[in-house]
Amino acid sequence: MSWLRTFWASTVGKKTVMAVTGIMLVGFVVAHMLGNLQMFIGAEAMNKYAALLKSTGELLWVARAGLLVAAALHITAAYQLTMINRAARPEGYAKQEPQVSTLASRTMRLGGVILAAFIIFHLGHFTTGTFHPAFSETGVYGNVILGLRSPLVAGFYVLAMAALGLHLFHGAWAGVRTLGLRKRSADPMYRRLSMGLAIVVWAGFTAIPVAVLLGILN
Amino acid sequence: MSATHATGKGMTLTLHVWRQAGPNAAGRIVDYPAPDISPDMSFLEMLDVVNERLIAKGEEPIAFDHDCREGICGSCGLMINGSAHGPMKLTTACQLHMRSFKDGDDIWIEPWRAKAFPVIKDLVVDRGAFDRIIQAGGYISAPTGTPQDANALPIPKADADLAMDNAACIGCGACVAACPNASASLFTAAKITHLGSLPQGQPERDRRALAMVAQMDEEGFGGCTLHGECQEACPKGISIDAIMQMNRDFVRASATAVQAKEWSGAA
Repeated sequence: MSWLRTFWASTVGKKTVMAVTGIMLVGFVVAHMLGNLQMFIGAEAMNKYAALLKSTGELLWVARAGLLVAAALHITAAYQLTMINRAARPEGYAKQEPQVSTLASRTMRLGGVILAAFIIFHLGHFTTGTFHPAFSETGVYGNVILGLRSPLVAGFYVLAMAALGLHLFHGAWAGVRTLGLRKRSADPMYRRLSMGLAIVVWAGFTAIPVAVLLGILN
Repeated sequence: MSATHATGKGMTLTLHVWRQAGPNAAGRIVDYPAPDISPDMSFLEMLDVVNERLIAKGEEPIAFDHDCREGICGSCGLMINGSAHGPMKLTTACQLHMRSFKDGDDIWIEPWRAKAFPVIKDLVVDRGAFDRIIQAGGYISAPTGTPQDANALPIPKADADLAMDNAACIGCGACVAACPNASASLFTAAKITHLGSLPQGQPERDRRALAMVAQMDEEGFGGCTLHGECQEACPKGISIDAIMQMNRDFVRASATAVQAKEWSGAA
């Protein structure tokens, strides 16, 4: 297994792991958003969908374990690369002007930390019910409505989804490029697909807490 | 004597320059007024004038690297107002002219900043790390006898162009300087893409990717997070597409090495 250790030790190896796990997580996030949008169809549809997911039994746990491993690898690699990158420039510039880096690319680490905190809260909120005022095992629709009525909680959801949108805008594009899956381009910084993905995911997720706060969903 | 041949168009600038007496000395930004600067001077000629005045006053001139002053050698490299090689795209510091600045401007001049590029003096850094990355695998092992006939080895135009675009790297280090992570990915990837695009580069392609990436990490450069700053700063316009090639070659070489059980790891 020494090849694995050498691969992981390299910055390119770690970035490859981040890209593969990141793309897995993007896939999950898109599916999760589509599932959530059933809130707008109605309580029955949403609760039926939730029951369907739960009925998959072991398969659900396989998916959860996969996501957990992906997230853990993604975060570990990100942390280690951050340390390597910081050490690579011990003395900074008195003046440095970013030319083409985006707000999204420069806030990947901060965004990642916000998302990690959000995921922990979110699991406690709607999966285990630990942070939920009136959690019901079967009434997912009601859980969401009650859980997001607090402007503070809904505000955190909205903030976290803005972080997710920015993270995707850079990450979805960068992940595919890290793996070298794109054709050569005259303008490699151009990223229409990841822009579209980021907007759709951000809007799809943000719609729910906003709709609950506005009383559109109740 | 500058006042005698002042054209009336001379600019008055204020320079904020990193001064550091030696590798282990503490450095600091020192301010220098720079009056009577012609807009037709190159940036390095402006520094020459400032240095002549410093020497005349008995002060230590500002040390900076330079050689060809034609934008092809890669010796010069200055962080000018927070931008590698200054504000002009596709231009080295020596080919930048003072007409890119305005009368009364403040100009910040700093050395490339990276752990792997230690400051030797003032604005001069040691870029030996780049040499060691090339030594690790940035070459082909070919007998160098009489050159073969030019058409003996047909190479598709697209491949030749790709190789040439990446061979344009002059090793100035602007990519490292501009990268928020002080990553040498663009430099390393340019050489991997240059040689990997040509038939002569194929026999050592896997070994080259593994060894050069390992040396790049060993030198203490950061990793790539695709900010794109390197591509923007590169005076030769090398594309971050090269980094895709490096990563692909590295991953493929890793997989091949596993199959062949001949992983040698760090070179």
